Amino acid sequence: MSNPYKTLTADELEQFGAEMDAIRQRIIADLGEDDAAYIRKVVQTKNRFEIAGRALFYLPPAWPFAVAALSVSKILDNMEIGHNVMHGQYDWMGDPGLNSRMYEWDNVCPSEQWKYSHNYLHHTYTNIVGKDRDVGYGILRMDEDQEWNPYYLGNPLYAFLLMIFFEWGVMMHDLEVEEIVARRRTWADTKHLHRGMLRKIRNQTVKDYVLFPLLTGPFFPLTFLGNATANLVRNIWAFNIIFCGHFPTGVATFSMEESEDETRGQWYYRQLLGSANITGGRLLHLMSGNLSHQIEHHLFPDLPARRYPEIAVEVRELCERYDLPYTTGPLWKQLGSVAAKIFRLSLPPRRQPKSEVGTEPELAAA
Amino acid sequence: MSLSTTILRSRALNALTSPHGVDRYLELINPMWAANDVRARLVDVRREVDVPGAPPVATLTFQPNSTWQGHRAGQYVQLGVEVEGARRTTRCFTVSSPGSGPGDRFTITMRANPEGVVSRYLVERAEPGTIVHLSQAAGEFTLPDRMPDHVLFITGGSGITPAMSMLRSLQRRTHRGRVTFLHYAQSPEHQIFRDELEQIRMAGYGVDLHLVYPETGGRFFTPMELGRLVPGYRDVDTWACGPAGLIEKVQTAYDGSDRLRVEYFKTPVVSNGSAEGDVTFSRAGATAANSGATLLEQAEAAGLTPTFGCRMGICFSCTSRKTEGTVRNVLTGETSSLPDEDIRICVSRPEGDCAVDL
Repeated sequence: MSNPYKTLTADELEQFGAEMDAIRQRIIADLGEDDAAYIRKVVQTKNRFEIAGRALFYLPPAWPFAVAALSVSKILDNMEIGHNVMHGQYDWMGDPGLNSRMYEWDNVCPSEQWKYSHNYLHHTYTNIVGKDRDVGYGILRMDEDQEWNPYYLGNPLYAFLLMIFFEWGVMMHDLEVEEIVARRRTWADTKHLHRGMLRKIRNQTVKDYVLFPLLTGPFFPLTFLGNATANLVRNIWAFNIIFCGHFPTGVATFSMEESEDETRGQWYYRQLLGSANITGGRLLHLMSGNLSHQIEHHLFPDLPARRYPEIAVEVRELCERYDLPYTTGPLWKQLGSVAAKIFRLSLPPRRQPKSEVGTEPELAAA
Repeated sequence: MSLSTTILRSRALNALTSPHGVDRYLELINPMWAANDVRARLVDVRREVDVPGAPPVATLTFQPNSTWQGHRAGQYVQLGVEVEGARRTTRCFTVSSPGSGPGDRFTITMRANPEGVVSRYLVERAEPGTIVHLSQAAGEFTLPDRMPDHVLFITGGSGITPAMSMLRSLQRRTHRGRVTFLHYAQSPEHQIFRDELEQIRMAGYGVDLHLVYPETGGRFFTPMELGRLVPGYRDVDTWACGPAGLIEKVQTAYDGSDRLRVEYFKTPVVSNGSAEGDVTFSRAGATAANSGATLLEQAEAAGLTPTFGCRMGICFSCTSRKTEGTVRNVLTGETSSLPDEDIRICVSRPEGDCAVDL
């Protein structure tokens, strides 16, 4: 869906941007001990779950608990710690262990490559069809403005496979395989990525599928399977949280033309309309790395995520005053609407006569 | 290397703790445990100079963990502290105790710089037990293994610390040659290591000590004065450390003699809020007049191609190290003058002179 919402006048946009900047300024001035203590506590918790998980594999009857503990550890590592640290949210602390330039996560995707496609491409060009590769990740049809072709009949299947192999999908994101298939990019163009990928694949697989299973001796197969399951649980959870961020009903997409030469206010406006939140309790916020506050994350990607709930109060108030939508809903509802979209967009557009396909997005949405 | 260190640094343990590394787990159990990171516990703080109206000077004793490889007299160390448990700030300090071995205690003597976060915290507020982050010792301003017969130290202010470390090492090594020590300080009350220097003077042992206090009538450094104290000084192995002004004069006096080794402190560049000044891109070796644009734009105008992403301060792709100067963040209006600071060059405008590692 393109942008069906009201557009603000240039003056309103400027005012809107200034109010957003003021929120940002206030939070930055307030950063300190509590934020540092919080992220250190999350790291500590993650480590405890990790050590408990690895240790419980020596006790075969506790296998489900081992898998659960390791899954929690991997989810915390990737979401509340990895994703947020690599956004530079804690760079101000000056701690090399929590610095965006040095942090590496428990995931096969090298942090360096992820930061490029995520921090730069996705966060700068959020929901601009044709520019933000996170709209369908190059393999799915997630927006009406992506032209349909018979390949997309497999949309639900591709989404399912992406969910199962999510960390591998994230790793391959920068290869832009669909561009290689379309012969607009060659394998040689991706050469600079290979070494980093291979090294990370080696480190991750040796650890989870060779060393830790070997250390448990006779329980090798159980540990191997347990580690694979923990990686799978993390994949499924991360996929679902991330798909709720930009694909639920109510989220707007934008064309390259309308996003050219944006002001700061326009950028904030696009971030707001291009993201969706998930309502829930504190545990959901923690386990989603506060991506349950995707809107606040997109407005202020480099502010510590634990601040998003307090920022959300002000953002909602702004939305009311400017008469702008604030897309949110419980997890099951957002997931349902994403699943429905995956199925619906696997089929060619029905209601529109063929001649209208490819016209201005504003018209298409009307 | 002890057995535990061998295990902690092993490839197997590294592979098991990948991608975070052993130290990220150890530090959560005990901040002094580490396989590679160097940390130290503050053991003692002793005031050296405490004159009302002047910044105090203190000698701090540190107990490093076993990863500390020791230091050679004259070397410095980068020391990071977390003030209020949140922001870590790192600065360089010279070690003042004699050369040390792996895991040995050492001291740092520092003046609480009124604008310095680290030195003020350590001298005025830090309690014994505080954990600090360290680098390994570094620096080429050190004594040679084979000592020459005559050694000359010329120091000013807190530039005395590396020379003091060297002198203490020489005394421990029972150096039999001659040492001439020429030091300039504001006044006797501002004299660091006053008691120890007095003892050295009394004991003799071949140390020819000259403490000069220009504020109370002493004559500031001149080549003639030096020639009077040490005839033919250009042929004497000399170590000089102090403020840039003193060092320049010494360098002129030595006229390029390779017997002179110098180290001096940079005076921090203070912003006057204007764009005037020069921007230096140190890796490219380029300098251009500060145009007032963001550092990214100025680097591009100078023909450089630094990495960038969003150009609006959100993606951190362009993060670079500013070594000197003041920058203003165009988003928040905040200015920052810290040396060796990571900044996003797309949203940083230099004010006055500025140097970036690009």
